[in-house]
Amino acid sequence: MILKIVKHVLLDILRSRIVLAYTVFLAAASIGLFNMDADTGKSLASILSMVLMLVPLTSLIFATIHYYNSYEFIELLSTQPLRRGTILLGEYLGVSLALGLALLAGVGLPVAAYDSSLTGGCILLAGLLLTFSFTALAFLGAVCSRDKARGMGMAMLQWFFFALLYDGLLLLVLFTFQDYPLEKAVIALVALNPIDLARTFVMLQMDVSALMGMTGAVMQEFLGSRLGMTFTLGVLTLWIAAPLGLALRVFRKKDL
Amino acid sequence: MIIASGITKTFGRLRVLDDFGVTMGGGHAFSLIGPNGSGKTTFIKCLLGTVIPDSGSVTLDGVDLLRSPELRSRIGYMPQIGRYPDNMRVAQLFDMLAELRPSSQKRDEELMDAFEMRRIADKPMRTLSGGTRQRVSACAAFFFDPQIIVLDEPTAGLDPVSVEILKEKVNAERRRGKLVLLTSHILSDLEDMTTDVIFLIEGRLRFCRPITELREESGGERLGRLMARLMREAQNATPMPPS
Repeated sequence: MILKIVKHVLLDILRSRIVLAYTVFLAAASIGLFNMDADTGKSLASILSMVLMLVPLTSLIFATIHYYNSYEFIELLSTQPLRRGTILLGEYLGVSLALGLALLAGVGLPVAAYDSSLTGGCILLAGLLLTFSFTALAFLGAVCSRDKARGMGMAMLQWFFFALLYDGLLLLVLFTFQDYPLEKAVIALVALNPIDLARTFVMLQMDVSALMGMTGAVMQEFLGSRLGMTFTLGVLTLWIAAPLGLALRVFRKKDL
Repeated sequence: MIIASGITKTFGRLRVLDDFGVTMGGGHAFSLIGPNGSGKTTFIKCLLGTVIPDSGSVTLDGVDLLRSPELRSRIGYMPQIGRYPDNMRVAQLFDMLAELRPSSQKRDEELMDAFEMRRIADKPMRTLSGGTRQRVSACAAFFFDPQIIVLDEPTAGLDPVSVEILKEKVNAERRRGKLVLLTSHILSDLEDMTTDVIFLIEGRLRFCRPITELREESGGERLGRLMARLMREAQNATPMPPS
């Protein structure tokens, strides 16, 4: 039953121009970055930065707008012989798969064409997990507020916090307590931000200590590359499951 | 047969439905009548599962409607405002609704033919006018030959020809033993489609009576005037809440 809803949501989104524009933009930026530098490693680092900024932002805003625009349709679905969970999960999978496909086409194809190393694959995997995680966060924000403006505000706030504010706070903590052994605390702090997790995950694979910063270095020292990557992937999956589970809980008891 | 009993629903401090209960049987068309904000739409939403009541129960032939969503395959619903995904085509909407139900369920395409749905089958939803969208909603409500038909302001936004087609369809289905529940502020709908009136004041049931009985009692008074008088009386009888 879920798959039937997913199919219709996905087809509807793929026919809209916004996702197409997102794909084209990602493709143009990726190809441009590959052509700017002969060293594909540097290009990949730039692509990683772009993915870490853009994917959360697009996922949050697109999913939030989609939810509010589909409100009457979701209401109609809820009068059909369907469970509430089926409806929300169908909508969620439809949106996140559409955005994931855009990422695979927009970043995946250029990466495969220019540089078929494992790093490119890791960037794609990180991007996909971020798409699923931030779409879930967007749905959580949207089911919690009836008002579209408030829902959009919540989405923007989440992006601002995770993409910009959090790293500043992290640095502040590190500076303030630099006389203490902070390594374990840093690992815990990184786990609290999906974007940092995605960045660390790719950095561990790239194995470029100069680019790693403290978090990457600490992670490698304490967990080693392999365990560090497993850890970051596992916690990223939690960042998908937890917001989605909470959103489902709220949606089940919600008055539409 | 639908039995609602003890339904209470509050939004914040506002008690929209207050221990509301009513019994409705097949072969009748019930009109929910009451002043604005008396809980008509909330009751319909409780019945359909879009609003979850704080307490009380709704049963369909003895089975709890709130806990068994699959029973909703026996209910057809036409919303007040139908909005659909922008790029979905008309034919796709019906395909999707069909996929969500057991394939054994009977189809009723009589209204689709009368409203000439075939001619707009390939049009995306966003290109349809408000009235056309209402016709799509109406067709969707009757599509699965449901045992119960719920119509929320069905004639608002429809042209006179479509209104007549819809009224005929409603009456035909009722005579076939279906249960019809509708809300409308248009009094000619009341005259033409209703057999029983459910009168609500401030979330409570005032009465549920056959329209013929009301007519006799009122001694030839026009139904519209009768309803307006009842509403005024009810509002005067209940003291204004302190502001």
